[in-house]
Amino acid sequence: MRHLPKLALAAAVGLTLAGCGGGDTATEADPESATGQVGIFTWWADGSEKAGLDALVEVFNQQHENLEFENLAVAGGAGSQAKSVLAANLQSGNPPDSFQAHAGAELQDYIDADQIEDLSSFYEEQALADVFPSSLMENLTVDGQIYSVPSNVHRSNVVWSSVEVLEDAGIDPSTAPADLDAWIADMEKVKAAGKTPLALAGSWTQVHLFENILLSSLGPEAYSGLWNGGTDWNSAEVTAAIEDYDKVLGFTNSDRDSLSDWAPATQLVEDGAAAYNVMGDWAQAKFEQDGKVAGEDYVYWPVPGTDGVFNYLADSFTLPKGAPNPGGTLAWLQTISSPEGQTAFNKAKGSIPARTDADPADFSEYQQSAMEDFKSDTIAPSLAHGAAVPIAWLNELSTAVNQFSTSGDVAALQSAAAASAEKFAQ
Amino acid sequence: MGGPAGRLSGSASTGSGMFKNVKTWGPALLLVSPTIILVGIFVYGLIAVNIQMSMTDQHTARPSDEFVGLDNYFRLFADADFQHALRNLVLLTVVFLAGTLIFGFLWAWVLERPDRGEGFFRSIYLFPMAVSFIASGVVWRWLLSSLQTDQQGGERTTGLNRLLDSVGLGFLQNSWWSDPNWGIAAIAVPAIWQLAGYVMALFLAGFRGIPDELREAARIDGCSEWQLYRHVIFPQLSPVMLSAVIIIGHMSLKLFDLIRAIVPDANTYAVQVPATQMWVKYIGSDYADSAAIGTILLVLVALVVVPYLVYTSRQEKR
Repeated sequence: MRHLPKLALAAAVGLTLAGCGGGDTATEADPESATGQVGIFTWWADGSEKAGLDALVEVFNQQHENLEFENLAVAGGAGSQAKSVLAANLQSGNPPDSFQAHAGAELQDYIDADQIEDLSSFYEEQALADVFPSSLMENLTVDGQIYSVPSNVHRSNVVWSSVEVLEDAGIDPSTAPADLDAWIADMEKVKAAGKTPLALAGSWTQVHLFENILLSSLGPEAYSGLWNGGTDWNSAEVTAAIEDYDKVLGFTNSDRDSLSDWAPATQLVEDGAAAYNVMGDWAQAKFEQDGKVAGEDYVYWPVPGTDGVFNYLADSFTLPKGAPNPGGTLAWLQTISSPEGQTAFNKAKGSIPARTDADPADFSEYQQSAMEDFKSDTIAPSLAHGAAVPIAWLNELSTAVNQFSTSGDVAALQSAAAASAEKFAQ
Repeated sequence: MGGPAGRLSGSASTGSGMFKNVKTWGPALLLVSPTIILVGIFVYGLIAVNIQMSMTDQHTARPSDEFVGLDNYFRLFADADFQHALRNLVLLTVVFLAGTLIFGFLWAWVLERPDRGEGFFRSIYLFPMAVSFIASGVVWRWLLSSLQTDQQGGERTTGLNRLLDSVGLGFLQNSWWSDPNWGIAAIAVPAIWQLAGYVMALFLAGFRGIPDELREAARIDGCSEWQLYRHVIFPQLSPVMLSAVIIIGHMSLKLFDLIRAIVPDANTYAVQVPATQMWVKYIGSDYADSAAIGTILLVLVALVVVPYLVYTSRQEKR
């Protein structure tokens, strides 16, 4: 029994070595001559995500007739189940041909573990730098290298409001409050009218709100500095931002911790029980699904104080080291980065293409406005959705933000966040 | 076998004795050996791998196996979040134990005497145990909703808080598991609801095991009812009590599914216990810390169970 750990270790080392072998030339594989199956790992198993994937596969089959798409999707837990399965597969040297991951800092773990290939040469061949916004390219680049190809972009800093509740409280729903203070004043009015001003749910949605209040209070530059070491977490500005968050939290429904996901909170706005909800633009699909009409039943605008900023999160695809069919992977990456692939996928999923040259006429009204903003706005990375920080850092911050939900201790949240930044920032 | 000639007969008899022995223990060994091998690899072997992992510095997905000894353990015990989780665990175990023992004993005590309705009530109290923690947790999530009628959004109050309010006991409303200091005690409520019936069954069996002669003898000797319980019944019940404490105690230490079903987010501070923290660390690729917490849990459960096993094996020998 004593030798078992050593045996396991030896096996693991052997597999790692096997996984490394032949990885050097993977990016030089030829997507045109590749044949066989391409195993693609995602957590897009149902709803609009599944519809998007199906649309993407259709384009893939047209563009690459010699290849066969193999669906390795794992359902459950907004990707958390899939991530554990993926981690196990990667560790045992059994990678898929490509896997889905949030673009940005969340990839850091895979890069550190030497599990994915640099795709810079692919970007050059496809001239992708010309069609992705430059600030997105900056966010994707790690030490001069790019490790993933984004398939779609979502916006985090959107407020969804109930027209009915706002009108009852004597607020004009057609114009957004100019800044955070004006918004807080409006929330005061809603509260006086006897409704919940801001609908909020459990832990990750609180991190979602937290990031947007930080962004609004600090501005995009200082906000991005929080993640790359440019902004001091202990500074007075951050204290003020956390105090703003505290204020805003005071206007939320007090059962926030027991709502299990974003949808029940957004539902409160739909039902006319709450005035506002800060949520990513996937909420748009829910409003549409439930037969609500934009402008009549609900309105949306960027979180006050973040006008001109696009707080982004993106799904992206990678080339794992030791992928069984690297040529097939590159073919897949070609499809998802092509205008046809991005249009087909995003039309179905409700997000927007990462390419700025897609034709807006193909998309819905909300998507058109988001595409417009994505082209012109400053891009900021989302904290709650893996763009800003690696998973371990996000986990620590989530704990601190969730603790704040019950304690309301500004100093404790600030020092915990500062300690995490010191531990993880590079 | 080939001993000196003088001992031939003796060794021959030993040989045939051993042969006979093989006949008796051979098939038995053959039957249990697959289990021994499987348990050896998949339980004890993996425990060893886990302990080994807990002494490395693998805190990210990056493969790393640098030996750091007990550093992870020292850091965990100094960590405020882990201390909070341990404190929660103690609180949960105390409330869970006290609740199941008190209710279990009371019900057993009531049911022990009447002839009618016992089977009916015994079933009623036992049935919750048939429900899985996940299934009952989904219901209790709704019952233990933290919203109170006098709060923001109070018109949507549901569950126990709504019930309390509508029967005029509104002042009893509380935030249940959302309370950062005492929230974990609310998790013990459904746990007690599920397992008090089981403890009752244990106590009922204990009561049945006490011969009527003992009670009669005590009464003839002039015992009051209280003295009868204090000096005759309770001492007879103490082995049952010990079993109940061990069974409920080790369930409480390992409790994960019920918390996970009631609380939407595994990373919720108020109800963090080592088992949920282990999961959060694992999801966050902090494999070393996750393994260390797992090992600590194993030791905690062993501290409860091993003395009990030693005690019972001594009892059996006696």
